Amino acid sequence: MFSKGTKRKFSDGGEDLSEDGLLGARVASSYSLQRQSLLDMSLIKLQLCHMLVEPNLCRSVLIANTVRQIQEEMTHDGSWHVVTEAFCGASHSPSERLVATEVLCRSRETDAEPKLFSVISYEGCHEEEVVADETLCSVSVSGTDSNVCLAGRMGRVWEKRELNGIERGEEALSGDDEEIDNEDEASTEAPKTIGQVFGTFEIKNGSTGPDSALEELFSDVDTSYYDLDTMLTGIQSTPKMGPYDLLDGLAPSHSSPSVVAAPTCRSDLNELDHIMEIIVGS
Amino acid sequence: MDGHGDAAQSRWCLSQVKGAVDDDVAEADIISAVEFNHSGELLATGDRGGRIVIFQQEPENKSPPVCRAEYSVYSTFQSHEPEFDYLKSLEIEEKINKIRWLPQKNAAHFLLSTNDKTIKLWKISERDKRPEGYNLKEEDGRFRHPSSLTSLRPMDLMVEASPRRVYANAHTYHINSISVNSDNETYLSADDLRVNLWHLDYTDRSFSILSSNAASYCGPHIVDIKPTNMEELTEVITASEFHPLQCNTFVYGSSKGSVRLCDMRASALCDQHSKHVKFSHSGRYMMTRDYLTLKIWDLHMESQPVETFQNDCIFDKFECCWKGDDSEVMSGSYNNFFRLFEREGQQDVTLEASWESGSPGCPLKPWRVSTGSRRKRNEIGVDCLDFSRKVLYTSWHPQENILALATVNNLYIFQEKLDEF
Repeated sequence: MFSKGTKRKFSDGGEDLSEDGLLGARVASSYSLQRQSLLDMSLIKLQLCHMLVEPNLCRSVLIANTVRQIQEEMTHDGSWHVVTEAFCGASHSPSERLVATEVLCRSRETDAEPKLFSVISYEGCHEEEVVADETLCSVSVSGTDSNVCLAGRMGRVWEKRELNGIERGEEALSGDDEEIDNEDEASTEAPKTIGQVFGTFEIKNGSTGPDSALEELFSDVDTSYYDLDTMLTGIQSTPKMGPYDLLDGLAPSHSSPSVVAAPTCRSDLNELDHIMEIIVGS
Repeated sequence: MDGHGDAAQSRWCLSQVKGAVDDDVAEADIISAVEFNHSGELLATGDRGGRIVIFQQEPENKSPPVCRAEYSVYSTFQSHEPEFDYLKSLEIEEKINKIRWLPQKNAAHFLLSTNDKTIKLWKISERDKRPEGYNLKEEDGRFRHPSSLTSLRPMDLMVEASPRRVYANAHTYHINSISVNSDNETYLSADDLRVNLWHLDYTDRSFSILSSNAASYCGPHIVDIKPTNMEELTEVITASEFHPLQCNTFVYGSSKGSVRLCDMRASALCDQHSKHVKFSHSGRYMMTRDYLTLKIWDLHMESQPVETFQNDCIFDKFECCWKGDDSEVMSGSYNNFFRLFEREGQQDVTLEASWESGSPGCPLKPWRVSTGSRRKRNEIGVDCLDFSRKVLYTSWHPQENILALATVNNLYIFQEKLDEF
C-alpha cells in the first residue's frame, strides 16, 4: 500500500508510450481522449464557476492551470488547431504562435480591440461542429507574445456541439446576468475571458467593458461595500474594549454575537427597506 | 511491508461519536473545523451553520490504566451569522473555516474563529456563583445580619461565550487560516492571496512589520501574492501558520506545492522566501515543521485522477495533525478512512471512522486499499472508495493519544488503548 512517490498527474497515461507502434498509437489516442475530456471538463467547470454566487478562487486557479497545461501540451504535439483560415486573413499569426499561458490573457498591446478565439477544433473533432460565428472568432495580433486566447463565449461554443456526450442546456450557460442574453453581439460587449472570471472575484459589478485601462487603474481598489459605507457614514469602530482577558465583569457586553461592522450598513438598508415597505404597502 | 497492516488490530479504538445518526444531514450541521485546546481538555468543533460546540473532557474518567476519554458538551454558541455583501450581491457564508485556541492565561478560555471574511475572538467563561443579598431587610422587616449581605451563592454551572473582538473588513478573498503567535499578542490570518498580521487588541487595523505603516482596512499585508494583472494568477495561498516558538517566523503554503518560510525581521513584505520546499504534487495542505506531508499525500488517490477531478474531489483539502510529541502524524482520507504515520518506523495504518466498524472500547481493524483484484478480509478496492465520505478535519490531543476527527456531520473521538494485554 505504501506506494512510491509518484506524482499524480492528470496526464498519467501518456507516460507509458511504448516502442511498439500499434500499442503506442492506441495508448496515445486514449491519452489524447482523456486529455480532451479533461480540457472539456475544465472549461465547463470554469464557465460554471463564473456563474456561481461566490466562486472559489483556489479552485478556479487550479482548473485554469489545468487548462493551460493541456493547451501547452496540445500546442507542442501539434494537435491544437485553430481554424483561423476560415475567418481571418493570412496575415495573422500562424498557429504555432499559440502559447498556453495566453489562455488567461487578453491582448493589451494591440491597438485593435482584443480579439479572441473560440475553442474550435481539436484533434478528432468534427469540422462541422465548429462554430461558424464570425463575430466571435478572430485572430489576435500581437507583438512579442502570442495573444490567442480562449474565448469567453465558450458557452456558445459548447451549445453548438456535443463533446464526449456532454450535453448542456442553454440555461446552464446563459445564466450569467452580465452576459448579453442571446445573440451574437460581440461587438457591443467584450467576451468574457478567464481573466475576467478572476477579475470578478474582486469586483463583481460588470468589469466586462472594454475599459481595461480604467479597470486596471482601479483594480487594487477594494470597493467592498463596507468601505463605501464607512466613507459615507463615518468610520464605525468597534466598541473600545480593554485587554481581553481579566477584569471584565460578569455580563457580556454583547447580547448577541454579530458582526460589528454590520450595524452601520444595516441601518441604511433598514431605512431603505422601511421606505420600500411604505411604498409597496406591505 | 506494513507491520500494522498485518496485525489483526491496531492500538486505536473508538471512544465516542457525536452528532446525529440520520442519513439526512442538514447542510448547517456539517462539521468544518475541529481543534483541541492547548491542554486537550477542551475540544471545539465548528460547522457550516456558523455554530461552535465545545466539548470538555470529564476528569473523573481519567483514571489509569485505561483512560477512557469522555467528552461531553460544554458550550454551544453561534459564532458567525450569514452576511450579505450588498455591493457585490454576494452572500458571505457563516461556515466556520478555522478555530484556534489561545493559550490559557486565567480561568477563562479564549478562541479565535473565522468564516470566509471575519475573525472573532471569543471568551468562554464559567459562572457557578451568583451574588445574593442585596436587600438589607428580610421579608418580614428584620434587618439582615451584615455577614449575609452581598454574598456569592453557588448556582448551577453556566458556561458563557461572549465575543470580545471582531476583526473584519481585512480580507477580500476567502480566509483559509488563522494562527496565533507564540508572543500571544499577535496572530495572522491568510486568505487566497494575502496574509495579514493582527494585534489581538486592535480590530480596526492589521499590521505590517513597520508598525508606523499600520493602516486600516485591507492592508498592508505581510504577504501579498496578488499579481497586478489578475489574469496572470496561477497560484493561491493554501495555508499559513506561525512557527510554534519563534515569534518572527511564519510559513505559508501555495497551491503549487511550495512552502515559504518567512522571517518578519527581514523585510516588511515577505515575498522573498528564505527557504523553499517543493512537494511533488499540488500540496493542498502544508505542515509547518516538516517535509512529511510529502509522504502523506503521495499515498492518497494513487489512481483515478480524472474521476476525482470530475466530481470535484480533487479540490478537497484534507487537514493533517501532529501527535503531541511529533512522532506521528495523522490525516483523513476518503471512505471515512484516516491514516496514521509513524515517523520513526515509517509505518502507517489505515483505519475507518464508522460506528459500525467497532464498538467503543474495541480496537479497530486496519484496512488496506488494494489496487489488485484479490480481496482479503478488511481490504477494499480503490475503485470502491466512497468519495462522498471524507475525513477533512482532524485534531490530535496535545498530550494524550486521543484523536478527534470529523466525518460529514459526526465527530469521532478515538483513543489509544493502554496496557490492554
